Amino acid sequence: MTLVLCLLCILLMPFAAAGLGLIQAGLGRSRSAAHALLTTLCALAVTSIVFILVGFAWSGFAGGASHSFELGGVRWDWLGAEPFLAHGVHFDAAGGGTTSLAVGLVLCFQMFAVAIAAIIPIGAGTDRWRLSAFIASSALFAAITWPLFAHWVWGGGWLSRLGTSFSLAAGFVDAGGSAVIHAVGGLTALSLAWILGARKGKYAGDGTATAIPGHNIVMVLVGCILSLVGWLGVNSAGSMLFYGAGAGRVAGIVVNTTLAASAASLAALGMTRLRFGKPDASLIANGWISGLVAGSAGSAFVSPGAAIAIGFVAGVLVVFSVEMFEQRLLVDDPGGAISVHGVGGIWGVLAAGFFVGTAPGMRGAQILAQVVGIAALLGFLLPLTCGLNWLLNRLVPQRVDRDGDWHGMDIRELGAGAYPEFVVHSDEFVPR
Amino acid sequence: MKLAGCLLLLSGALIVVTALAMLPGFAMRSWFGVAGIAVELLGLGAMARGHMLEERGAAKAGAHTPFREYR
Repeated sequence: MTLVLCLLCILLMPFAAAGLGLIQAGLGRSRSAAHALLTTLCALAVTSIVFILVGFAWSGFAGGASHSFELGGVRWDWLGAEPFLAHGVHFDAAGGGTTSLAVGLVLCFQMFAVAIAAIIPIGAGTDRWRLSAFIASSALFAAITWPLFAHWVWGGGWLSRLGTSFSLAAGFVDAGGSAVIHAVGGLTALSLAWILGARKGKYAGDGTATAIPGHNIVMVLVGCILSLVGWLGVNSAGSMLFYGAGAGRVAGIVVNTTLAASAASLAALGMTRLRFGKPDASLIANGWISGLVAGSAGSAFVSPGAAIAIGFVAGVLVVFSVEMFEQRLLVDDPGGAISVHGVGGIWGVLAAGFFVGTAPGMRGAQILAQVVGIAALLGFLLPLTCGLNWLLNRLVPQRVDRDGDWHGMDIRELGAGAYPEFVVHSDEFVPR
Repeated sequence: MKLAGCLLLLSGALIVVTALAMLPGFAMRSWFGVAGIAVELLGLGAMARGHMLEERGAAKAGAHTPFREYR
């Protein structure tokens, strides 16, 4: 029963990819819309192939083969050691029984999870990230960056064992991927935004940011609804596969996931109404996704009230974070990927420490376990993804040239616009 | 500055992990965990500062008021 339900939940995961693709295309310029959605499709294509070829060997699964070393009398399991091309997975249930079936489901889940994570940086690189460079970057992401952290958390690695190795309550908890999918994707988005630089016309000579509004907010809002369906699948399947949640807990996960997104969107609505006089649809959409992201880590283990609190804080946080990155830190992130997935994901991981149910007296230990996970994200993953993308940029320039920036990515790279029957207006937002 | 930031990020994570492996007791590990995160935040600040200097330099050079040649 649980395995069948788990498979059904995994089948919902592509909706999250579709939703994120629509959101990122809608928040970019009309002259790069087709390119943005095509990169989403390419992300699915590249990451699924590379992950099966290489990535799964290194992300592995709990109880599988792994590389480890001893330090301080503790075994530090840091990388999976499964055969390449998923040769260790037997898809025939008769040959391996329930365990083999579960490993097959872990493989399916991770294949979609890495695709969702790889789609996130598109939001930060919209309007200027070359397709060929994106494909190369995604391949590196699916082969190295993502499997490494996924193994630490979902593959029986050292973060998942903090509870048994160091008595830190249940160890690092991330059922729906606030860290493994979203913070990893968000930090990769940050490294790419640093490497790509701002879009032309984004900042005036004195550093003042110019608003470049998204071209289709309807597409963005439809993407939010689609994402909810996908998230329900991610959170439910992740909780069952990696934390042993039973079928009976799925209803709670659905309620918590929806409540977190709802609270976050309403919080963003209130904040934008207070700050700008009117609700801002794109920031409310970002708030919705931020709530989904933050609520993922503890979705199976928190109460509905806690899910609302987590979502509310995420919604408030995203409004300030988008503004801080754009106006103070001069990071041009058209889709808000860094704030929504990076900041929201890290908040979700920390919030899980505060809200998941623990044994009496173990609350501090659970929070410390989550803090160790955040330290690993910032201290190991961010330098790794920065370094890999910096090296890649030396080999394959990631940013489109000056003409491409002006013409838009659709004409420059695809040879045709997304809306050929519509007149594309000049950029009213570019200072004259 | 970005490289220095990267090294600070790595150092912060190593402080946290080493404290976990070497120090006895929850309180000591917690304090070193907080210290490690603080070092990482310094690293993030340094990387962000490095990026801001680059962007400001580009903006002053006119790279962000583009397309004059197209008008």
